[in-house]
Amino acid sequence: MTLETYKTDGFYDELFADDGVAHPSARPLVEQIDTLSRPELKRRQKLAEDILYQSGNTFNVYGDKKGTEKILPFDIIPRMVSAADWAKLERGIAQRITALNLFIQDIYNDQKILKDKVIPSELIFSSACYLKPCEGLSPPKGVWTHISGTDFVRDGDGEFYVLEDNLRCPSGISYVLENRAVLKRILPAAFHTMKVRPVSDYGDHLYRTLKHIAPAGREDPNIIVLTPGIYNSAYFEHAYLAQQMGVPLAQGSDLVVEDDIVYMRTTEGLQRVDVIYRRIDDEFIDPEVFRKESLLGIPGIMRAYKTGNVALANAPGTGIADDKAIYAYVPRIIKYYLGEEAISNNVPTYICEDDSDRAYVLENLDKLVIKAVNLSGGYGMLIGPKSTKAEQREFAQLIQAKPREYIAQPTLSLSRAPTLIGGGIEGRHVDFRPYSLYGEEIFTLPGGLTRVAIKKGSLVVNSSQGGGSKDTWVLEDEYNAAEGN
Amino acid sequence: MLSRVANSIYWMARYLERADCVARFIDVNTHLMLDLSLDQYSAQWYPLIATSGDDEDFNKRYTQADERAVIKFMTFDEKNPNSILSSIFRARENARTVREVIPVEMWEKINELYHLTQGHSRKRSVADLQDYYKEVRQMGHLFTGLMHNTMSRDMGWQFAHLGQMLERADKTARLLDVKYFLLLPRADDVDSAYDAVQWGAVLKSVNALEMYRQQFHTINYKDVTQFLLFSKAFPRSVLFCLEDASAALDMLTYDRTVENKATAEMAILCKTIHSSDASHIISAGLHEFIDIFQANLNLVDEAIYDTYFKT
Repeated sequence: MTLETYKTDGFYDELFADDGVAHPSARPLVEQIDTLSRPELKRRQKLAEDILYQSGNTFNVYGDKKGTEKILPFDIIPRMVSAADWAKLERGIAQRITALNLFIQDIYNDQKILKDKVIPSELIFSSACYLKPCEGLSPPKGVWTHISGTDFVRDGDGEFYVLEDNLRCPSGISYVLENRAVLKRILPAAFHTMKVRPVSDYGDHLYRTLKHIAPAGREDPNIIVLTPGIYNSAYFEHAYLAQQMGVPLAQGSDLVVEDDIVYMRTTEGLQRVDVIYRRIDDEFIDPEVFRKESLLGIPGIMRAYKTGNVALANAPGTGIADDKAIYAYVPRIIKYYLGEEAISNNVPTYICEDDSDRAYVLENLDKLVIKAVNLSGGYGMLIGPKSTKAEQREFAQLIQAKPREYIAQPTLSLSRAPTLIGGGIEGRHVDFRPYSLYGEEIFTLPGGLTRVAIKKGSLVVNSSQGGGSKDTWVLEDEYNAAEGN
Repeated sequence: MLSRVANSIYWMARYLERADCVARFIDVNTHLMLDLSLDQYSAQWYPLIATSGDDEDFNKRYTQADERAVIKFMTFDEKNPNSILSSIFRARENARTVREVIPVEMWEKINELYHLTQGHSRKRSVADLQDYYKEVRQMGHLFTGLMHNTMSRDMGWQFAHLGQMLERADKTARLLDVKYFLLLPRADDVDSAYDAVQWGAVLKSVNALEMYRQQFHTINYKDVTQFLLFSKAFPRSVLFCLEDASAALDMLTYDRTVENKATAEMAILCKTIHSSDASHIISAGLHEFIDIFQANLNLVDEAIYDTYFKT
């Protein structure tokens, strides 16, 4: 199928420099797709969906009595990131994560950054993500965010911007690995023509990251993944990660704390647990400390954690650096702790708590994106240019009632990527979430989750809002256009 | 191994074996209909229900034990916890909770079987469902093959094997019982040609006919009973399954100095079987023997739960 007629419509495109003209680095892939007929592309798309369906990474269709299950939409045309772009992203992420870890450590201990008035104290203490029980905490090896997934979008200028830092329990990594496994079967020829960096060793990296924080003296630590259970929407991922590392997948009811030590109930009696990659949110993890009604958590686990008898990844309390109002301060946080300018761009952010910012936001609701500071997944959001007057009035009231709860950002012109739609290929908006691990050093997996808004013109890529995903190819080195001549 | 996970592996294997065995039960009648040119009216369907242990539930919800009703009850009835559909659903639910410890191909096979069952047309005649039943039995073979060829012989495997063998012992015993309920045209037809055909159908449904003939050559009541209960060589005989289950339990007994309830109950059950033979059982009543056997089997299952799974 020829891509000569592909239109970029004036958007920055991940594979095309201009209408029908591929970026030099994407040329081998585009040529490969050109050799496939329309029915053949559709056949491969169907095959990919069948493979994903059989793998069982499915969710139940709500309210369907027959138990129908669906996969998240998947698009077989991969998204690409050039080696140069990747190098910059990698440095930017490492810098952010280093600074944000210093920030969290400071916030729960000395609070120097508040005393130096770089960040207004009330912004911290008014945050729902500030956890008082974490005051005075110093996690093993000084690392709070062992696992994170930074959300980026590319604007019309071709630059990447950080949207969110996702320092709590970012999900989606299983899609990165699964999508790649599927694409190797669907488009094998394309892999031969270009150097795509592998992602399949994520499990090894994750295991080493977790082993790094095991309590001192535990030579052969017991590492586990903790899941809320099979009804959690990310259960597949929890099982997948346990499988990738070859460690037990436990639920809260499998664990018990005795004398500040965490044990799991095994067929051979109680066995000590040393490191927990927990996929349960902070507030549910210990009913003794946080939400008392939580049945998912393990009573006493925070005591064991504070004593240093068990390590938790991520540490509780990291949400404070994930608050969307704090986000606005990340460039200043980087400057404060590292004395460096931020490498990755922040999206300019208006904090509605600030009087002059709020006045500007209320004047410009039709131009801005409004976000609730503590919600994700595309909830609590207003996209100004696509909103009705009534929606704008509703958000104006919300903002005036609870200014701390909202921020605003200019509407970015999200980049697009060629996507198989019906029988043809059209541009659709995408974002990008690479995944990082902070163990002995910061490692970012060369790949990531590209989410795509399947609906024409839509800017919302969240799966809860009908978004799909693509495999993401980080290239080994720049394709030299002159080389073939 | 986490107790919850061990429990799930055990039940994953049991439920899959159960689905497989139910398909084999129905197979008895398929053979009979073909071998004796029976139509759906003259075939006897109630024996399949009578031996399943679910007769009470069936009688409550169905008025007639004809082909349609029995096939529905045993295959696609969601309310029957032991129907093929329910067994596969539960096998998959258990597999879901142990995905991290089983090979991925194993999970995919179970998942495939589940989707095949979920999406299958719910035709009611046994003739229409032949391909489906065959698929269920094939999947049973595939699953066992994957288990034997790709799983380390660690605790997970032992629990799966234990579950599979206990379920199979139970179902082989019940299968013998089906024959007890299958009526002969005349009371003195025992060991007649008609009787031989019925026993042949029982043997075929567990792929035992050829192996049986090598040992006994002709089909008769006593020898079939001997073979299916006491063969030391045939892998679906009750004795064979129990010895395998026993060996798995031994492997799981990490501390041999402490009295272990599961091993103790298992020893009692094995002793009952060992100290008996076909003539003895036939004179005392095969049906009565199987009743007692099943009660003992339940005690073993409870003891396994108390020893390994209870937290």
